[in-house]
Amino acid sequence: MNTAILILFPLVAALLILFLKSEQVKKFALAFSLIELVLSIYALSKFKINAEPQMMVNLVWIQSLGIHFKVAMDGISILLVLLTTVLVPLIILSSFSREIKNPNYFYALILFMQMALVGVFTAMDGFLFYIFWELALIPIWFICLLWGGENRARITFKFFVYTLFGSLLMLVGLIYVYLHTPDSHSFDIQALYTAGASLSSAEQTWIFWSLFIAFAIKMPVFPFHTWQPDTYTNAPTQGTMLLSGIMLKMGTYGLIRWLLPLAPLGVQQWGHAAMILSIVSILYASIIAIMQKDFKRLIAYSSIAHVGLISAGIFSLTVQGLQGGMMQMLAHGINVVGLFFVVDVLFNRTNTQELSKLGGIRNVTPYFATMFMLVLLGSVALPLTNGFVGEFLLINGVYQYNAYMAGFAGLTVILGAVYMLRSYQKIMLGETNSLTSTFADLNFNEKAVFVPIVLLIIIMGVYPKPILDIAEPAIKHIVELIHPAVIL
Amino acid sequence: MNSIFTLIPLFPLLGFLVIGLFGKKISKGLVGIIGCGTVFVSLVLSVYAFSGLIGGGEKSGNSITIHLFDWITAGNFSAPFNFLIDPLSCWFLLIITGIGFLIHVYSVGYMHDDPAFDRFFAYLNLFIFFMLLLVLGDSYLTMFVGWEGVGLCSYLLIGFWFKNNDYNKAANKAFIMNRIGDLGFLLGIILIYVTFGSIRYKEVFDVASSFPSSKPVIIAITLLLFVGATGKSAQIPLYTWLPDAMAGPTPVSALIHAATMVTAGIYMIARSNILYTLAPISMDIVAGVGLFTAIFAATIGLFQNDIKKVLAYSTVSQLGYMFLGLGVGAYTGAVFHVTTHAFFKALLFLGAGSVIHAMSGEQDIRKMGGLKKYLPKTYLTFFIATIAISGIPPFAGFFSKDEILGHAYTYNNFFWLMGVLGSVITAFYMFRLFFLTFFGKFRGTEKQEHHLHESPSTMTIPLIILAVLSVVGGFIGIPEVFGGTHWLHEFLSPVFSASDLKTLPKEMSHSKEITLMVVAVLAVCTSIYSAWFYYLKKENIPVADGVAINPVQKTIYHKYYADEFYEAVFTKPLNWLSEKFHKIIELKAIDRAVNFVGESVTWMSGQARLLQTGHIGFYIFAMVVSIILILFFKLL
Repeated sequence: MNTAILILFPLVAALLILFLKSEQVKKFALAFSLIELVLSIYALSKFKINAEPQMMVNLVWIQSLGIHFKVAMDGISILLVLLTTVLVPLIILSSFSREIKNPNYFYALILFMQMALVGVFTAMDGFLFYIFWELALIPIWFICLLWGGENRARITFKFFVYTLFGSLLMLVGLIYVYLHTPDSHSFDIQALYTAGASLSSAEQTWIFWSLFIAFAIKMPVFPFHTWQPDTYTNAPTQGTMLLSGIMLKMGTYGLIRWLLPLAPLGVQQWGHAAMILSIVSILYASIIAIMQKDFKRLIAYSSIAHVGLISAGIFSLTVQGLQGGMMQMLAHGINVVGLFFVVDVLFNRTNTQELSKLGGIRNVTPYFATMFMLVLLGSVALPLTNGFVGEFLLINGVYQYNAYMAGFAGLTVILGAVYMLRSYQKIMLGETNSLTSTFADLNFNEKAVFVPIVLLIIIMGVYPKPILDIAEPAIKHIVELIHPAVIL
Repeated sequence: MNSIFTLIPLFPLLGFLVIGLFGKKISKGLVGIIGCGTVFVSLVLSVYAFSGLIGGGEKSGNSITIHLFDWITAGNFSAPFNFLIDPLSCWFLLIITGIGFLIHVYSVGYMHDDPAFDRFFAYLNLFIFFMLLLVLGDSYLTMFVGWEGVGLCSYLLIGFWFKNNDYNKAANKAFIMNRIGDLGFLLGIILIYVTFGSIRYKEVFDVASSFPSSKPVIIAITLLLFVGATGKSAQIPLYTWLPDAMAGPTPVSALIHAATMVTAGIYMIARSNILYTLAPISMDIVAGVGLFTAIFAATIGLFQNDIKKVLAYSTVSQLGYMFLGLGVGAYTGAVFHVTTHAFFKALLFLGAGSVIHAMSGEQDIRKMGGLKKYLPKTYLTFFIATIAISGIPPFAGFFSKDEILGHAYTYNNFFWLMGVLGSVITAFYMFRLFFLTFFGKFRGTEKQEHHLHESPSTMTIPLIILAVLSVVGGFIGIPEVFGGTHWLHEFLSPVFSASDLKTLPKEMSHSKEITLMVVAVLAVCTSIYSAWFYYLKKENIPVADGVAINPVQKTIYHKYYADEFYEAVFTKPLNWLSEKFHKIIELKAIDRAVNFVGESVTWMSGQARLLQTGHIGFYIFAMVVSIILILFFKLL
């Protein structure tokens, strides 16, 4: 088993789908994504729990510039690859009961996106990382532009330019470090780590901010977030799921894999500022979410709040904080896909996602009501759901960094309940109205999306140990890189 | 062999899963059997565990720890999922499964006509599961799992009739207020981990026992935990959700919002007695908040006309007594009062349910009266409970309340005096409720009168059993002055003895102890007499809504405007902030700035493009001007 297969397979699948002349293109897309899932599970079975990147492929790409096609997986990578391979089939399946124009392009783009995402999470070469990072933007841009809602042209353009700007900053930062690698220069991750750590504090400040802003835009973190609510709201459901479920983890992953080890002094100096921005994100987005009228937009804001906490946990530079971040990346990915699917079900049946127009749906759809409730519980981090494990460790990490900040970050526990319960009440409870009285319960395909999500929410919440065990050595390795003096 | 006790919480969980998944496909009878049966099995196992503790105590060191699995581990943090059966948790097991079983049986009758019968039992079983988890955990984080889990069940059951949006609001309020407390609890747990390197009781208390008194970190931990307790156990300032929680079906009010869940805060502090004993300031605060809540809520109870609301404020008030007990170091007394309160308050609620059932859903005591002859069993059992809560010997409430007041006296005479004042108010509003409901003329509609009937035996048998317990329940803790032995004190001593040594009250002479008791009982009797005189003799009925009353009465009738206060100070500003953040900061400031940057780049590129006119003359002109400028600057 090697990592390159996991990258190449979706690419081949995407090409096949593109030229497939069949009515059943969506079924092929699903089948391919399931094969990819099986491949990733096979990779997991071969994975040994230690800090080493495994199943490595290392090919010379551009000799003169020291660029390699080097991909491998450590604990952090393999978990995010699994998140991708688990979510993509669900995302494809979520479109089954919907009318999709030009399905060949649509599904090919999703699979192409999967290729890029797996690449981002496994690249062990700075330049390769950048290439995958940019590649991931192209399919999602097309998905949003071609299948999006009303103002898609303007909104998608803004999203594209905004993230591209971030990527360029990152590229500049990476090249600067690259130029400080010894003699013949290399983009290899180890070489970059060594070079980055040897830079002066002032230089690392620049590296820190160039990378942080790039990742902060992707996640997004306040005040770099304004592209996100519009984009999430306007993108087609599957696009929103890709963006929020997987793509934003590129940002948080980037923090762990690239920012922290590349600029340890920069982090020491400016981590505090990043921490404050993260916590402002949590509070600001949670508070805005309370009065949102559009459920999809509300979830978009709630996502900013959740990611803010992940980012804060990472900047706590503690094992608990980073482990919590890891866990919450997975949990948030699953839960947010579940929530956006709730929106999709609502919109599909009532043609609206406005809270004030809905209500009483629980009267007619016990199954949907239960699924929605379970996803909601994961999202508000009730113990024994996946959300709690991450949130607890994150707040724990932040507390060790600064007790008062943990107090503020912890307000998400309360505010999350406020806006989620309010939404559930407005959508599901009360009496039915003319719009919701004929609301049909979930069909088979929809159940097939919800059931795995709900099972994952509970299983990961009750027994998170395997996940934590897989991530731990790699996380500890990162923490040691930042401050070797810390006793674990 | 010990692992059999793992089944104690697992059976109700199984019941929840079976009813939840297949409830619609099986008959109501079977749902009832599964619902009650699983709790009964837990009860039997709890009794078995209990007999083991009183039998072979010295052999097992009075506690059993069962390791289930490692739950969360990260770095040096570890939270195993373990169960701990020691006297304290075992005592709560008995209360939860015992009362829980009775209320399950009662619910079979009470909820029989509800179309969502199966959903009700599924939630109820889930509640029992989480409640058992709460007391069985051997670490603070496991307690927190149960703690939030019961909060969820409370939310689901308050909003059980979800068509009514007022009920839904009450459910949301309960969940959110509890969450406010939970944040305190959560931060407390993290601080415990940071301080002790562990969150397991045994390891924490072992380290803590060598700590000096009044260490700031211990004060912080105990106060944070107490914030959690005020939420779950409805103390000031987080109490307003409990009266609203009466929106749930009455068996829920009895089980969750009186007998078990709301006492979780007492369990938590009793469990942490070693930490609290190290933080006298926190003890003072616990006692103060408890006492103030006890009186504050009791006064509100004086003016309520909804039978369940009276009982709800009474619960808040009685919980206040328990916190008073904890705060003055009467740990056993507090647990004792939890026990007796579970008996008589569950009985009161179930009796109220029986009344409401007979009155076709009417809850306003102004429209009741004279129900004595229609509901003889309910009447008699309700009467017993009313005496028990008022603290008349030898009924259960007397002994437990006396123990708390006795400790309060040695702690601070004033606390005792206020405590007695509270029980005087309690006796008055309880007998007011009792007289207005069961005596006098019937004041409801003819249709209601025609329908009046005693409840079926699935409902009255639990009432009778609870009535018996309310009579004899106090005998497990007879004070020394009566020559009895305080059995409960001895049973719980493995948990509390270390703290008891430190907070042991100054010895009180027997004559003084008797005097205090007599004073308290006489005061209560006077209060009952006044209630009798005012409501029975003079046949006063509380005025209808809208009739002018004096400002003090009006303030109390409106519950001191606490809800309005919270609405104005928290809810409205938060919503306002939400709107302003969105409209001003988000759209007008940040997004506009972002767009401005984007637009200015577009504008500049547009301007720059104009330079490329294609006229060679212009280019040469620009070039010459530039060269001159460069030379000019070089010369400078």
